[in-house]
Amino acid sequence: GFFVWRLRNTGIPQIPCRFVHLHRVANDRLITFQYFNFLKRMYVTQCNKDLSQRAKPKSDSIVSPFRELQQLDQEKKVVYKISPVSPVHQSWSETSSRNELREVKSAAETEDSVIPVGGESREDRRWKEMKVQLDDLPGILARLSKIKLTALVVSTASAGFAMAPVPFELTCFLFTSLGTGLASCAANSINQFFEVPFDSNMNRTKNRPLVRGQISPLLAVCFAASCGIPGIALLTLGVNSLTGALGAFNIFLYTCCYTPLKRMSIANTWVGAVVGAIPPIMGWTAATGSLDAGALLLGGILYSWQFPHFNALSWGLREEYSRGGYCMMSVTHPGLCRRVALHHCFALIGLSTVAPVLDITTWTFPIISLPINLYISYLGFRFYRDADRSSSRKLFFCSLWHLPMLLLVMFTCKKSVLEKEDKGDLRGGSHEMALEIRLP
Amino acid sequence: MAAARVLRPGGCRRPLLLSSASFSSSSSSSAASGGGSAAERGEQPDSAGLGFRPPAHSHSDWIGPPDKHSNLRPIIFYVPPEESALERRLREARQEAQASNQRFWARHNRAFRQEKEEFIYSRLKAKGLEMRDESGQKATLNAEEMAEFYKDFLTKNFKKHLQYNRDWYKRNFRITFLMGQVALVRALRWLRRRKKSVEQ
Repeated sequence: GFFVWRLRNTGIPQIPCRFVHLHRVANDRLITFQYFNFLKRMYVTQCNKDLSQRAKPKSDSIVSPFRELQQLDQEKKVVYKISPVSPVHQSWSETSSRNELREVKSAAETEDSVIPVGGESREDRRWKEMKVQLDDLPGILARLSKIKLTALVVSTASAGFAMAPVPFELTCFLFTSLGTGLASCAANSINQFFEVPFDSNMNRTKNRPLVRGQISPLLAVCFAASCGIPGIALLTLGVNSLTGALGAFNIFLYTCCYTPLKRMSIANTWVGAVVGAIPPIMGWTAATGSLDAGALLLGGILYSWQFPHFNALSWGLREEYSRGGYCMMSVTHPGLCRRVALHHCFALIGLSTVAPVLDITTWTFPIISLPINLYISYLGFRFYRDADRSSSRKLFFCSLWHLPMLLLVMFTCKKSVLEKEDKGDLRGGSHEMALEIRLP
Repeated sequence: MAAARVLRPGGCRRPLLLSSASFSSSSSSSAASGGGSAAERGEQPDSAGLGFRPPAHSHSDWIGPPDKHSNLRPIIFYVPPEESALERRLREARQEAQASNQRFWARHNRAFRQEKEEFIYSRLKAKGLEMRDESGQKATLNAEEMAEFYKDFLTKNFKKHLQYNRDWYKRNFRITFLMGQVALVRALRWLRRRKKSVEQ
């Protein structure tokens, strides 16, 4: 990383003189501490003198540092899927509180029939030259490919790889991770390419690169192609063709099915859940070369997890969905929304119990995971019964730590290969038969 | 500064006029042609309504802050002095798409605003409450009551969104394809020029 001195207006009147120190880390996250007000004034004066409003020398990727600070907290809230619900993660609490504020404020604005999409900073109100700045490009591409989400997708694929009952191969693991990451970047870029006017109208997504004109659609598509093609090629040639096929299928499912379906039917949520379930399956098939019950179980766990996660999140974004034209259960079928979330919480308990039956984990796994599964089911029940903002928020935030913890427990309870070989004699035919099929 | 701004012959800007609901493509083309003739007269056309004029030396498009009604960012397109037919087609496609998007979202957001107000008003009236409570604050409905409005609004506008989606996807593909063509032609031209300069 490198240190960047940023001069900005905090927008917080009660703290007039603060010092800004921004540390830019590799993945483009900024941690703000304080602000230098006098430096800001100097910069603003210079800017005003220059009537041509030349583009700022430093990249202006962030809107308001204070909001960035809030966003950082939310960034930790991970989403284990290639995408889904447009209003996933990040400024969730921000959006909901802003929504509430807007509800009160908008009623007061009678002559001004405007729907503000969140607050704007001074940066936002400037005209900018639409020329790609090379030193901004990495940050722009990172945001275009939703790099944090991609990282999470890669980690679920790694979880699938790790859970596979085969000796660990480092090169295969690295190829899988890289290939999955590239495929995810491609899919996310195409998604943003398709959604520009809709992203402009929703608070969480209005600062995306294509919306702000920081990159042209052509460049976005070229970037997607230059990530997707090598990524799938790497998976197909460097790992195995099954994993490559799954990766390509997932890109197609996400960009050509899920993205347009979001605006046509509530079925998009189920499609999105499948999209999220495929990466761990890919990890498993990369390690073992075959699509067996263990892969499907892991996929099933990710699939079921999507529902309490997304349905709870979407509960607070109903206004934005309604205005943006997104067909989501929370808007059109609220009862179904809560029911589905609850049912899938129960399904998680069931799937955790099936894991030892399939010889993926020991029996300690369902026992240790029962408390967290019961807790999320309890919150799911509360959400089902109360149907209010606080229960939906509780369920959403629970889902954020529930998944990593579940996967971690699963990994620690993984049935070792040696144990399985012992058991192999007992299980007899089916095991050997599986081996026979795999050998050429 | 102003002198420099009064223009160099040739290059000019075709700004896109933005107005709220009653925008029509005919007015946009007349504005563009008006701007064009202004350029021929050697004047910088005013980016009417946008309050911004890009610097004369800049050869790229400029993008502005989000529009109040549509939340879309307007673009002022740069018109190079020797604009080829292909480049003109691209620019016009982009202008048209921008105008169409602006029209749609401005109208849509305004409708949302208005209908939401009406809904709140009718509900408050049914409850026997006033628009403003004792403290003078505007009365609001809670999320569950508003949910009915959101569901209604979404279902009512469903067909409209389907139509817009189809339209948007078509335009987006066409514009990106044209961009690709323009980029390719420019790249070939540049390569040809380099070959010529190398040979010389």
